Amino acid sequence: MAAKLAVFKLASCDGCQLTLLDCEDELLALAGEVEIAHFPEASSAIAPGPYDLSLVEGSITTPEDAERVHTIRTDSRHLVTIGACATAGGIQALRNFADVEEYRRTVYAHPEYISTLATSTPVSTHVDVDFELRGCPVERRQLIEVITAFLAGRKPDVPDHSVCFECKRRGTVCVTVAHGTPCLGPVTHAGCGALCPAYHRGCFGCFSPSGSVNLPALIPLLRRDGLDEDAVGRFLHTFNAAAFDEELSK
Amino acid sequence: MTHRGSRVLHVGSLSRVEGEGALSLHVHDGTVTDARLEIYEPPRFFEAFLRGRSYTEPPDITARVCGICPVAYQMSACAAIEDACGVAVDPVIRDLRRLLYCGEWIESQALHIYLLHAPDFLGRPSAIDLARTHRTEVERGLRLKKAGNSLMELLGGRAVHPVNVRLGGFHRAPVRTELRTLNEELKHALDDAWATVRWVAGFEFPDASVEADLFALTEPDTYAIEGGTPTVLRADGTNSHFPVREFTEHVSETHVAHSTALHSRLDGRLHLTGSLARFAISGRLLSPLALEAAVEAGLGDPREGAVCRNPYRSILVRAVETVYAVAEALRIIDGYEPPAHPYTEVPPVAGVGHGATEAPRGLLYHRYELDGDGVVQSALLVPPTAQNQGAIEDDLRRLAQHAIREHDPDDDELTSLCERAIRNHDPCISCSTHFLDLTVVRTSGTTAGGCDA
Ligand code: SF4
Ligand code: SF4
Repeated sequence: MAAKLAVFKLASCDGCQLTLLDCEDELLALAGEVEIAHFPEASSAIAPGPYDLSLVEGSITTPEDAERVHTIRTDSRHLVTIGACATAGGIQALRNFADVEEYRRTVYAHPEYISTLATSTPVSTHVDVDFELRGCPVERRQLIEVITAFLAGRKPDVPDHSVCFECKRRGTVCVTVAHGTPCLGPVTHAGCGALCPAYHRGCFGCFSPSGSVNLPALIPLLRRDGLDEDAVGRFLHTFNAAAFDEELSK
Repeated sequence: MTHRGSRVLHVGSLSRVEGEGALSLHVHDGTVTDARLEIYEPPRFFEAFLRGRSYTEPPDITARVCGICPVAYQMSACAAIEDACGVAVDPVIRDLRRLLYCGEWIESQALHIYLLHAPDFLGRPSAIDLARTHRTEVERGLRLKKAGNSLMELLGGRAVHPVNVRLGGFHRAPVRTELRTLNEELKHALDDAWATVRWVAGFEFPDASVEADLFALTEPDTYAIEGGTPTVLRADGTNSHFPVREFTEHVSETHVAHSTALHSRLDGRLHLTGSLARFAISGRLLSPLALEAAVEAGLGDPREGAVCRNPYRSILVRAVETVYAVAEALRIIDGYEPPAHPYTEVPPVAGVGHGATEAPRGLLYHRYELDGDGVVQSALLVPPTAQNQGAIEDDLRRLAQHAIREHDPDDDELTSLCERAIRNHDPCISCSTHFLDLTVVRTSGTTAGGCDA
């Protein structure tokens, strides 16, 4: 029997699951190998669990989702989180450093209609996760690799060196050394193929901190390249704010 | 006791839409008394956390509102902030922006046509299932979508959340030969887009009509994409427009209990943005090729006043717009001369700026207030789905009422009818929220108060 694949969405922009639909060359082949059992964005045929592999996009921001993620876990033989939202809380985790009551009043005329948690947390804070794939959004080839690895019962080949390695491999001139552009490449997880430096800008960390990094050592370099204290703070506080904070406090 | 004349129907988790929501329908003695699209996507508070960020950041940050139309967010953000700073970019940069936006139109329209919408016309749950019997067509759709993605990847760095956009233009402008590598794929895409028009023109279209005012940007001599003047076409055929800076004086939002997306009205009336509105308001400015496609699709000739108000036929208009976007991309690439500098400097100025562009799903408005150091003091984002929500509910109510009068469908049939009606409008609920649960509440005179049919 074909393995059952499920895709779930929590608080997110849909970009990571769209990346699966953006695998135009592989999509029909993949659909021939697995049963797409739960993927509301792509299909109105929804089969009940248990699922062999569940991909979860998005972070936990409501009491309902905090409950729902336990059901998803129970229903899934393997649970893989995809994207910065699911692995680090995403952009919506900026609320973790603010007064959410005040946010609610700022955005909504009737804050009392809005049910939300004061934090946006990764899925792994709530349930066990078998693998975390980073990126905002995840990278297409890495996503296919993770799915095929789980279906084949092997470990995904997703390296955790930094973006710097990918710049070297791509032959991109270092933007920090050559142009003094502030760049988080040295401390950011590889995966994007060192996209930003190839487009003449510094990395802003959308793939989360990489495994073994020395983030504090990079801060003086960011200062040298023209960022004041506030700007350094904002630079680290975008799509993976909580993960970078954790690195800093290590 | 509930009987068919009076019921509450609730549909949970609507599929093949972007995001999550629910739908509830209240039927009292055979009359639909309430139709609600319940958007329950968790709020993400963009407008709150944009305060205090640098004015250079909204293009990257607001892209994350929606993975389906990140370019729309980047373009409306740039337009609004450049407006606040009093900077106009040069025409080459404008063309490049339009080119990137064409990539998003191609990708997003192909996604909607093939993966979300066409399965409804052929009675299938998904495009993947449809591929069992219509392999050639589904492959064509994926190829077309991929052409849009290739364009976004080359110019923007990647298809979801491009990295190359910045205030004033781009971090890096492509050289001519680089862009030309896309020619072959785009020429093929033009054939695929035409074949799409012919394919969808063969579908069966139920009769229906949206009554809401139509709302889109207009430009004096081109089909508006990356800018323009907000223009309203009323059901009686009258036309009016206003400057983008007066957007909030005309479009007002209210917060209703059943949805995390705000509901809006245009001068107090329901309005619809998106493909139907653009085609009705600017259709005559489509290129000759796209006009030919419109006629071929059976939409009539917009130069002679053809307007389409049938929401089922929106799939035809999307196909025509795809032909337009592919041809437009080829035209821009053909005439491209790289700018002297990839971006115009945008020094910060204290003030308020407004920007609106045409996302594939409709008009997307941004407003930012900056201080003299370029720190964002307030931000307002009005996405198309939030504007359309009222018109979609009105359309749902009308369609459900019609079906109940005609043949009183059971709950399953009513559910799929409503889901189809919603997909017709291509709502992107991520920008406001998640999708669909349908509840039909049927009540009769003896069991429910307040509503005599
Ligand atoms: S990680 Fe980024 S791309 Fe993925 S869902 Fe979250 S915001 Fe969207
Ligand atoms: S270089 Fe950095 S910010 Fe740019 S795409 Fe890669 S990880 Fe994301």
